[in-house]
Amino acid sequence: MHSFRTLAAALAVGVTALVGSAQAQVLNVVGPWEIAGIDPAQSGYVFSRLQVAETLVSVDPSGELVPALAETWSVSEDELTWRFTLRGDAVFHDGTPVTAAAAAASLRRAYEGVGVLTQLPIAEITHDGQDVVLRLDKPFAAVPAYLVNFSTIILAPTSFDESQRVTQIVGSGPYKVKKITPPLKLELENAGTWWGGQPGIDEVSYLAVGRGETRALMAESGEADLVFSMLPVSVERLKRNPRLDVKIATIPRTRILKVNAASPFFDEAEERRAVSLAIDRVGITSVILRNKQLAATQIFPPALGDWHADDLAPLTYDPEEARQLLAAAGWQPGSDGILEQDGRRFSVSLITYASWPELPPIATALQAQLRQVGIEVRVSVGNSSEIPSRHKDGTLEMGLISRLYSIVPDPVGTLLQDYSPGGSDWGSMGWANDEMVGLIDKLIATSAPEQRAPYQHRAVEILQQELPSIPVTWSELAIVANKRVTGVRVDPLEVNYGVAFIRWAD
Amino acid sequence: MRRFLLSRLAQAGLVALVVGALSFVLMRALPGDAAMRIAAGRYGPDARIAEAAEKVRLELGLDRPWFVQFADWLGNLLSLNLGHSLVTGAPVLEELEVQLGASVWLAAAAVVLSLLLGPIIGVVAGLRPNGWSDRLGLAGSVMLRALPPFVLGLLLMLIFAIWLRWLPPAGFGSWRELVLPAFTLALGLAAVSSRVTRNAIASVTKAPYFTFARHKGLPEAVVVRRHGLRNAAIPVVSYLGVQAIYLVEGVVVVESIFAYPGIGHALVHAIVERDIPMVQGTALAMGLIFVAITALADGACLWLDPRLRRAS
Repeated sequence: MHSFRTLAAALAVGVTALVGSAQAQVLNVVGPWEIAGIDPAQSGYVFSRLQVAETLVSVDPSGELVPALAETWSVSEDELTWRFTLRGDAVFHDGTPVTAAAAAASLRRAYEGVGVLTQLPIAEITHDGQDVVLRLDKPFAAVPAYLVNFSTIILAPTSFDESQRVTQIVGSGPYKVKKITPPLKLELENAGTWWGGQPGIDEVSYLAVGRGETRALMAESGEADLVFSMLPVSVERLKRNPRLDVKIATIPRTRILKVNAASPFFDEAEERRAVSLAIDRVGITSVILRNKQLAATQIFPPALGDWHADDLAPLTYDPEEARQLLAAAGWQPGSDGILEQDGRRFSVSLITYASWPELPPIATALQAQLRQVGIEVRVSVGNSSEIPSRHKDGTLEMGLISRLYSIVPDPVGTLLQDYSPGGSDWGSMGWANDEMVGLIDKLIATSAPEQRAPYQHRAVEILQQELPSIPVTWSELAIVANKRVTGVRVDPLEVNYGVAFIRWAD
Repeated sequence: MRRFLLSRLAQAGLVALVVGALSFVLMRALPGDAAMRIAAGRYGPDARIAEAAEKVRLELGLDRPWFVQFADWLGNLLSLNLGHSLVTGAPVLEELEVQLGASVWLAAAAVVLSLLLGPIIGVVAGLRPNGWSDRLGLAGSVMLRALPPFVLGLLLMLIFAIWLRWLPPAGFGSWRELVLPAFTLALGLAAVSSRVTRNAIASVTKAPYFTFARHKGLPEAVVVRRHGLRNAAIPVVSYLGVQAIYLVEGVVVVESIFAYPGIGHALVHAIVERDIPMVQGTALAMGLIFVAITALADGACLWLDPRLRRAS
């Protein structure tokens, strides 16, 4: 009996030690992003957010550019040559130093691929001593902001095979890849060579969990220490859990109604304004997103600083005024209440996609609200590629999309794409405004913030008056941390989650 | 025996050809531009998809005529090469190795668990038809089979991961993560196999040879073991082959809920992203698993039932 008791006690201690040490070693991170191919243009954001690989330039939570692999940067007098001077102490995970030659090679590869660099007027990317040198064809003030994007992470030469395909991720961040099981799991360990010091926790395991409900359960069960992107319906419940800490950040992402301004339904600004007036944004945000602060009063959310104009008259809900504007534009109610103009019914299709789970319910809410002013909407939920595809062939009428304005931390990059004549996948369609073209040109060539401010303000004002795309709601990112850990930071620009600064709470 | 194996091999070959051709045709018949879909799958919904799609089209030769692309796949298949994923760029065989392995573990665990649950409950119910154990079994089986796997999965997560905190709600890598998804599938399988067993046992107990065995004075346990189980096992085992369909379908749903990286999860993504080689590869793997399970079930029936052997 005695020996049995000793054995049982020893077993209990052993099991507790095992369980305890397993929990103490690995930081379990859960997020929705799958690792679909390891090319930086595809999954670079996973490696950048989890601090495996680094870019030349980074941002702080307020959106200010800060040094990363490049210590300083400067532009020549003629604004055609940018020099990024690398820090001397950065080392790749294979032990080789991060040289300007390696960084330039990595950027050249990104430039030939699909990432944001392809949008810059680059003539050549070379290196000179400790400097990575970008020569441009014409001045472009936002170059450093483009080098924050995840597709420009700097990888060691050993990451590529002869045909320049990425075969492994050899970066320079605090964590190195221990094992990747695509598309769901990524295991990391302390690289021990980071220029910024030692991370607080040696091992990190990232699991991609596509379903929001499952992610919430991972947080509640205590199996995950850090969970990203919670559904609005789960947030209230998680906030009540004493073991969890819910952090929320407003992110520069806006859900907008993309309208075809070349179609007879939306070719006049009054028609677009009427659609905007028919949208009950507070209703949508308080029911579907559970936070009415997210009702978009203009295209850029307050998180975008200078780009959010406080003095602008907000977008409001006024179905009566919407009806009047539509009547003035020649739309009269038909026998079934749907508006008609020259025998044409105001009946349009609204395409959206399920990559973001909140888009389909918002689309059906819009359908019901627009019906109130006599607009018939047919909602169709497809794949995200449907929008660009129907933009291209001109058959899109309305699309509900989620647009990110921090792909490059300077929204001028997005503005240049979205509101130039001809528009883009996620921007305007069939809309052109000469003043806007001029403003974007000026913004591209100007870097001093005080000189840019009036241009930015005017650009936002035009978007508010003309409504080439109709803002519906802003977005937030909910992060859940178990109270086991401390030092969790929220990065509204989602560039770097600062995993290296997280520590176990005592 | 040789003829049995040869015919099954021929069947597998035919399945491979039909599944490959069918998934190729179906994927091409779907509306929408494949290059756009692939670009969206690769670079995510925030990227400049239209521009990326042009590069994808050139890179993958999607503008070649369909018969050239199909002949390519067929030629590769004959040399046991399934091509590369259009989205990740990795060889399909390499991706299948991980995913198929994960799914086989899950499916095997589910089948074993269901065999532990279903037939035992069925035997108990079948020996006393319309008794309370039979009625309870029926109620349980109807309830479990009526619940779709995603509801059952969430319920199990709530009970075992949130309330009891015994097991993780999702993930993979050790046996702990395997238990809940395997149970979700096993309960659905056992719900049906327990009823099949119950009916088989109930009809066996009414058979003349069973009555005779009792009359000649054998103890009840021996009667059941020697004359009951083997005869009743035949419909249960052959039904296992039919249940393979439920398994394949269940794996797709269950893997998505539990964030489990198997072929079901891969198939869903491949279809959404128009990754034709991956669709063909995963569908092929599922088809072959199906052939293997039915072959095993038929083999087991041959072993159980000497009459079949004599007939062939």
